Amino acid sequence: MKKVVQTISQATLLKSPTGIQGFDEITAGGLPAGRPTLVCGSAGCGKTLFGMEFLVRGATLYDEPGVFMSFEETNEELIQNVASLGFDLEDLIKHKKIALDHVHIERSEIEETGEYDLEGLFIRLGYAIDSIGAKRVVLDTIESLFAGLPNQLILRAELRRLFRWIKEKGVTAIITGERGDETLTRQGLEEYVSDCVIVLDHRVTEQTSTRRLRVVKYRGSLHGTNEYPFLIDETGFSVLPITSLGLEHIVSNERISSGITELDKMLEGKGYFRGSTVLVSGTAGVGKTSVAAHFAEAACKRGERVLYFCFEESPNQLMRNMRSIGIKLEPWVQKGLLQFQATRPTFYGLEMHLAVTHKAVNAFKPDIVIMDPINTFILGDKENEVKTMLMRIVDFLKENQITALFTSLTSTESTLESSDVGISSLIDTWLLLRDIELNGERNRGMYVLKSRGMANSNQIREFILTNNGVELREVYIGASGVLTGSARVAQEANENAGLLKRKHEIERKKRELERKRKLMESRIAAMHAEFKSEESEALKNIETEQDTINLLERDKIEMAVSRKSIIEKRKKKKHIKL
Amino acid sequence: MNEKSVVKTIKRKPPKTDDNKWVLRLYVAGQSPKALTAFTNLKKICAEQLEGKYSIEVIDLLINPQRGNEDQILALPTLVRKLPVPVRKIIGDLSDTERVLVGLDLLRVD
Repeated sequence: MKKVVQTISQATLLKSPTGIQGFDEITAGGLPAGRPTLVCGSAGCGKTLFGMEFLVRGATLYDEPGVFMSFEETNEELIQNVASLGFDLEDLIKHKKIALDHVHIERSEIEETGEYDLEGLFIRLGYAIDSIGAKRVVLDTIESLFAGLPNQLILRAELRRLFRWIKEKGVTAIITGERGDETLTRQGLEEYVSDCVIVLDHRVTEQTSTRRLRVVKYRGSLHGTNEYPFLIDETGFSVLPITSLGLEHIVSNERISSGITELDKMLEGKGYFRGSTVLVSGTAGVGKTSVAAHFAEAACKRGERVLYFCFEESPNQLMRNMRSIGIKLEPWVQKGLLQFQATRPTFYGLEMHLAVTHKAVNAFKPDIVIMDPINTFILGDKENEVKTMLMRIVDFLKENQITALFTSLTSTESTLESSDVGISSLIDTWLLLRDIELNGERNRGMYVLKSRGMANSNQIREFILTNNGVELREVYIGASGVLTGSARVAQEANENAGLLKRKHEIERKKRELERKRKLMESRIAAMHAEFKSEESEALKNIETEQDTINLLERDKIEMAVSRKSIIEKRKKKKHIKL
Repeated sequence: MNEKSVVKTIKRKPPKTDDNKWVLRLYVAGQSPKALTAFTNLKKICAEQLEGKYSIEVIDLLINPQRGNEDQILALPTLVRKLPVPVRKIIGDLSDTERVLVGLDLLRVD
């Protein structure tokens, strides 16, 4: 993107890169080369520093020497002031990279006696430029001349000539000006310097101050027209081109573990997408930070770099607390994989937070950024601004393929989903932690509210903090609703008891059956025995009867033998019988 | 060329008494009309007011640009009264004699 713009601008307008972080992006390459630029703003807004950094970066990065003509501060003061930003001016002066020239005019020493011009200033500036072959010039603050020289007519004419002369010289110049009441500058310098006008601002809203920069005008070039926050810190100026370049992020199909196995299972068993934005929201004390810490630990174990912004706890407190659930973060901090950035949200304005985030991310180059929690930014009714800021952060992180995890505290009064609706559209994976109050007990439940691009589980899991970290359990869903905590345990015990009882019942029935079978079998045996005894007795009787019959028969025969007459008749009868 | 010789002649003029020595510097840029007017006016005023107890050094910043820093010269022409102290600066072509005299503390404004 940047490259394209640069090639286009080369054809139209040559630009001189400032080397100021972010500024070259919003101006698509820097300040107009060979032309003067007006930088104006109220006192203490950073005009001098802007100019100084332009020169120092020019001298060190782009090999373009520069002249700093100061109308306010002496050379010694300047050197001291910018030393705090890590600029070694004395060294640069020694190497003829930078020339300082302090122009001092004392009104009381000066008497005006007729016609004059400012050729002296031209000669001085020209001499300074020529002495080091300067390509860049800063005049800070030329408006002081108005206080020193009484004849405004001459002065204005001369200033006009000066700016034209600068253009002719082909040096890129920054002219600073104090902000006026109605006009951009007190003396209307914008009339003379019309190629590029930058306004710096230092505003206080809700007791926090934010520095902002705006390119009011830039002839012959595209430029961002927004107000961009900037910050001045130990590494100098940085401007944030935060309203980003559109939704053109590269997306990754890589999945990374959330650090909680059961949670990964809820997300197709793989976890979050790399470069996605995860929001963990919930009421107070539901374990948002624990989820974040798990994620951080898992990432560090994979050897990734994690930047952890904590806005409510100090890093030490956070590490101590996480130790209690078995997450040890100290070793990773010592190894340099994990870095904490702890600041109070109220410490500076939103834009500044954004700026700090940018800087920290650019410096640490993390794979994962955690912000815990984000909603502490919302002070008063700035929700819209917070949303914009978060959007910028999300965009910025996505662009860099950084996975972001935000935690957000939702108030108990509003519904869980609505309070975060402001940013929900920015979020790819949204985990909701919620309280489940039942039977005088407060338990935690977790579910995946949404997760773009994956078939996530729709189940509520009970969220338990143990000595070994977070555990997710399946909750009991029955006729009386979702049961968690001891109610779930009781229900489970109940179920277990019922089961046991049934098992016992079966056992008992089996035994009964067995007993019956045995009873039956013994009965059968007894009957067998009885039968046997009866049988043998019967057989015996039968035998005896038979014997008796036989005996009688024999007796009859014997009798017949004795009585021959009867024998014939009896023989016939006997045959029939037998 | 002409101006250089002028500078030399005037520089050679020794001050009569050390206590009352007036050291004046006139900064110019080349021989612009304003520079020439200023020089003429200065000579006239000095001759009238400071007869014999002054020296004038004319510095052409086009030739010696680095000398401008010493006296914080912006406007040209500028007349600097180095001695007696305090240093006074008078800018312009010195055509307003009265103001020049005020500037040089030669005339009190009543």
